[in-house]
Amino acid sequence: MLLARLTEANGAPGQEGEVRDLIRAEIEPHVHEIKTDALGNLIAIKNPDSPGPKVMLAAHMDEVALMIVGIEGNGFLKFRPIGGVDPRVLVAKSVLVGAKKISGVIGSKPIHLQKAPERERAFTMQELLIDIGAKNKEEAERLVKLGEIAYFTTKYEEFGHDKAKAKALDDRVGCALAIRLLQTEVSFPLIVAFTVQEEVGLRGAGVATYQIKPDVALVLEGTTASDVPGTDEHKHATTVGAGPCITVIDRASIPHPPLVRELFALAEEEEIKVQVRRNTAGGTDAGQIQLSEEGVKVATIAVPCRYIHSPVSVMSKDDYEGAFKLVKSYLKRLQEQEARK
Amino acid sequence: MEIKQVFRTLSEASGVSGYEHDLASHIQDSCPWADEIKTDKLGNLIMLKKGHGTNPKPKVMLAGHMDEIGLIITKIEKDGFLRFGTIGGFDQRVLLAQEVVVHAQKPLTGIIGAKPPHIQAPGEQSKAVSMEDLFIDVGFDNQEQAEEYVRIGDIVTMKRDVLELQGSFMAGKSFDDRAGVAAIVECFKALSQMSHEADVYGVATVQEEVGLRGAITSTYGIVPDIGIAIDVGFGDSPGLPESDTLKLSQGPGIAIGPHVHPKVHARMVETAQEWNISFSLDPSPHPGGTDAYAIQVARAGVATILLSIPLRYMHTPIETLDYEDVKRTGRLMAMFIAGLDYEFVEGLTCF
Repeated sequence: MLLARLTEANGAPGQEGEVRDLIRAEIEPHVHEIKTDALGNLIAIKNPDSPGPKVMLAAHMDEVALMIVGIEGNGFLKFRPIGGVDPRVLVAKSVLVGAKKISGVIGSKPIHLQKAPERERAFTMQELLIDIGAKNKEEAERLVKLGEIAYFTTKYEEFGHDKAKAKALDDRVGCALAIRLLQTEVSFPLIVAFTVQEEVGLRGAGVATYQIKPDVALVLEGTTASDVPGTDEHKHATTVGAGPCITVIDRASIPHPPLVRELFALAEEEEIKVQVRRNTAGGTDAGQIQLSEEGVKVATIAVPCRYIHSPVSVMSKDDYEGAFKLVKSYLKRLQEQEARK
Repeated sequence: MEIKQVFRTLSEASGVSGYEHDLASHIQDSCPWADEIKTDKLGNLIMLKKGHGTNPKPKVMLAGHMDEIGLIITKIEKDGFLRFGTIGGFDQRVLLAQEVVVHAQKPLTGIIGAKPPHIQAPGEQSKAVSMEDLFIDVGFDNQEQAEEYVRIGDIVTMKRDVLELQGSFMAGKSFDDRAGVAAIVECFKALSQMSHEADVYGVATVQEEVGLRGAITSTYGIVPDIGIAIDVGFGDSPGLPESDTLKLSQGPGIAIGPHVHPKVHARMVETAQEWNISFSLDPSPHPGGTDAYAIQVARAGVATILLSIPLRYMHTPIETLDYEDVKRTGRLMAMFIAGLDYEFVEGLTCF
């Protein structure tokens, strides 16, 4: 199961190796060329020398995670987030630490020893520590090095009505879509950039785009869904199960309006349920891609995910399939246009 | 048989207070050293290992509670999300982003969610998400889908496989007090290689977390001379004062305080010293939170003691202990029991 393999692999910003290797193995039979660049972006090229528009798909390989920044005298590990993590989601969770994949837990004070007002206050990142069961600092230092990463341990599982839960759906769901789309037969050059370091400022996408020089780019993402109790409907941003969403604006980009219109029209023609992303915050690789050289036509298509940037997020398999169909239809449409030329 | 594996199975099994029935069979299957096994009306599992002596024999009761804290469904929202209350004491701050199992018509995977941080007001991130703003997402799109499986009153447990940490450290849910139950099984196993005069009743008690209830009825039924409650104690962890905690890997805490019989305490300490079993002294000025408290005042009164297995992060899904401490606790109890005779028991009412 592709999404299970992808989400259960680990890849913090700058340390995407495990995800990259997995993707490389998945796509090798379907592409003409694979290369990596100085930042670690994985670029897969189909039909490099063919005529026609150069179409780029982008999905980022990295996920938010925790970096070990200190080892306490008693063997507990101090950490700081890489990418945006709310410390409140970390309490009482398990993690896997470092190259040796050591099990650890993020503990908290027992309720019995708390005073009631304490429970109203959130734990801060500074208060939380990882316990690997080391007896002392020396033992911990033998097992874990500073700068190593702690990852969430959530297993992919399908549940409820057509839902799946996993860690790192942002953006392994985009990676999974891109891997599947690379199997589409097209005559024009189709290039996928599996990018690095999106979570720390869209670092990989610009570098990848500069090399690819696409005519058009589609960013495939897992984006926030706030369709949960306690949230007014106009603040839902996206709704899980209402189809893939198309971004009209976010903090980092205004996707190319004619391309956005084309995608909405295509969805209607193909009877693919889509939604507008109703939130102007957040940014995707599109922000960097559109600013490459003299500018690139870009759009973002995303699968809504609840509880992103936490140990466990939730998506709808229908939305995932919808996103696949939408992008596939777009590629098919381009293919038909090419054939007519 | 490796009791550690039994402990792992017990931890991963479900048994919220009042809903312990599935656990009893697991425990029963893993304790072939009992001569008689029965359950009482509340669901306490009582395993008897007969002593080798002639009557009158000392009667020792070992109590470890098998129930765990959990959640209970209180409402099914229109959009299919579930609201819940708690059974036993949860810190609301440990619940966010936990995976759970809703024990509905079929077991359902759920995730405890809250409204996302980016739409919270500034400053809200420094506040804990309060229990009433949390919900369980079982992946249904509406109330009808949810109601096909879920009923108000369904029980929810944390979904957590046991983790092996360094050395013999382990982390998981409901170690409080399946560790105590495992220590009883360890004790029975050790006793099977020894000669002991006393009849030993190993009890996996129910409903401790909601008021020590199983200990009340099981003690009444057994009428022990000595009651040993085995529970978990606060393990040393960052941010906790040393005086409130027991160090992990140093054996059980042997309690001393009003709910502990002084002669039983003295004998337990001597036993540990004689057999070189490490332990900590556990001063307990405010008893109340364990089965020992209920056992002590059953019928005409019982000489009790509390042994505490050091445990970090109590009442969270990643409770952490050193399994060697469970073994030490089991061995200490076995040695204590092996050394008992009726004369000692008779002396317990002489002050």
